Amino acid sequence: MPTLKNTVARLSFKWTPGRITLAIVAAVLVAGLLPFVKMSLIVNGVFLGAIIALGAIGLTLIYGVLNFANIAHGDYMTMGAYVALFLLTGAFPAFGIEGEGLGPLTFGYPLLIALPLAAAVVAAGAVLLDVAIYRRLRQRGVNAVVIAMASLGVAIALRGLVQVIWSGETQHYPREFRQVFRLPLDVRIPPDSVFIAVVAVVLVVGVYLVLTRTKMGKAMRATADNPNLALVSGIDTQRVIRWNWIIGAGLAATAGVLLAVFQAQLLPIMGWRFLIPLFAAVILGGIGNPYGALVGAFVIGVTSEVSTQWINPSYKPAVAFAIMIVVLLMRPRGIFGDSG
Amino acid sequence: MALLEASRIVAGYGETEILHGVSVTVDNGEIVTVIGPNGCGKSTLMKAIVGLVQVRTGTVIFRGEDISSLPPQQIVRRGLCYVPQSANVFPALSIRENLEMGAFVRDDDYGGRIDEMFELFPDLAVRPNRKAGSLSGGQRQMLAVARALMLDPVLLLLDEPSAGLSPAMTNLVLERISEINATGVAFLLVEQNAREALRLSDRGYVLSAGENRLDDAGHALLDNPEVARLYLGG
Ligand SMILES: Nc1ncnc2c1ncn2[C@@H]1O[C@H](COP(=O)(O)OP(=O)(O)OP(=O)(O)O)[C@@H](O)[C@H]1O
Ligand SMILES: [Mg+2]
Repeated sequence: MPTLKNTVARLSFKWTPGRITLAIVAAVLVAGLLPFVKMSLIVNGVFLGAIIALGAIGLTLIYGVLNFANIAHGDYMTMGAYVALFLLTGAFPAFGIEGEGLGPLTFGYPLLIALPLAAAVVAAGAVLLDVAIYRRLRQRGVNAVVIAMASLGVAIALRGLVQVIWSGETQHYPREFRQVFRLPLDVRIPPDSVFIAVVAVVLVVGVYLVLTRTKMGKAMRATADNPNLALVSGIDTQRVIRWNWIIGAGLAATAGVLLAVFQAQLLPIMGWRFLIPLFAAVILGGIGNPYGALVGAFVIGVTSEVSTQWINPSYKPAVAFAIMIVVLLMRPRGIFGDSG
Repeated sequence: MALLEASRIVAGYGETEILHGVSVTVDNGEIVTVIGPNGCGKSTLMKAIVGLVQVRTGTVIFRGEDISSLPPQQIVRRGLCYVPQSANVFPALSIRENLEMGAFVRDDDYGGRIDEMFELFPDLAVRPNRKAGSLSGGQRQMLAVARALMLDPVLLLLDEPSAGLSPAMTNLVLERISEINATGVAFLLVEQNAREALRLSDRGYVLSAGENRLDDAGHALLDNPEVARLYLGG
């Protein structure tokens, strides 16, 4: 039964002296800074963290099973955002599926259809790319660094493709102006952000259930854990890899659409720029650990958002990068890694 | 007809050839032990049989069928299961999940089989949601064997099931092997504790530098003074 107790046990978090020190330092820092921080930045950071989480969980799952860093992951996000743009502005209106301003949201109901479709298209594309490129490289037994470099090539190619098809101009989904929710402490929440949070929570819970309750999900964890034993246990690792891409790329595409909603704009570079927060979250949480990536995503989201109170917002990736470096120096295997 | 007949197996890693034509056979219901010095290719032989290492020349016949070029998933389905020497559980998965993964190719309800494993290895039943990575060495070996038994194999390959265990634990593991053997499962064992293993084996093989050196009945190898001097520690 899914009790809280065994959920925590699966996280397998133990309070070692290093972690206690880390937690105390973090708590003192947070408590000391809190009076000076705008509550709205923290709230915004949580929403940003939700988007980072969707990307980072996929990235860490792919790393776990295939053992390489998918540098094209950010561009899978971009692809998702633009496929949805095509559906919303090109395909759907031809069938009379149009509209914006659904209730308090800036976008209309068509986005609710475009989101899963874009995820499916990108997931299918990711499976095809694996067959066309990564599987061949694996079969030749090439080094993980070479495969990562191949994914860098894929990243650049995808971004080029987006620019060719949709131009490099800033674009946005059909939208209508909406009032933000005003809460105490001068917190202002755009209704769109609430939508983002709901989608993220549903998907994170969904992925958790898939990984812990379904045969394929368990086989994915098993393959990440011990690939040779998975093979001799009769696990069909090709199928595991396929599902891994479907989930990872599908989550990335969803994150891309949500990012386009969150920032109210699309740019060909949007996903590429997101790569550093993604990797920072993955590394913070311990590479290959989806629950760690989830926590890492919120840490990165909140801290980089809060940093904008003092630092120019264009340095947000630098803040994420700095956090990543500091954590790596103190705990090479991340907060949830086996031991530093 | 032998249950397993591996003949003149040549295999290795990359450029290096480790096995230069090794042959072993296992008959129905037998326990067969392979002994030999460190690095002579015992583990490589097992990996070649289960398809983890490519068989370059030679054949592996299992129940009358040539399995030499089948992938591991296909071999497992035919009732030949394997427990590697190291990394033989999924540490991040719970005990129960490890057993479920052992039954991955089964489409029927294998809940009953899990209960049987818990009866056979009561230690595992105490906290089935415990992560395999947190188990003691002995419990881990028990889980590794139980995982491989989930498919009701006809033949079980165990690579050093007592590695790193205390003498008491070793005896317990070997005792379990005898018990499982009594239910009709044949075993091909590699063992460091050669004396104890040969004692319960029908037959044994001595490998050296990737070649067959000797083979004989288990007790005959035990009584062979040369074997005793070279491989059983006097
Ligand atoms: N994955 C590998 N890649 C390259 N060489 C390997 C690999 N695994 C084993 N070897 C080499 O193959 C030879 C035989 O190894 P193997 O593991 O089969 O020996 P073993 O008889 O099982 O030894 P031990 O008693 O130590 O378990 C050794 O020289 C070893 O270094
Ligand atoms: Mg060995």
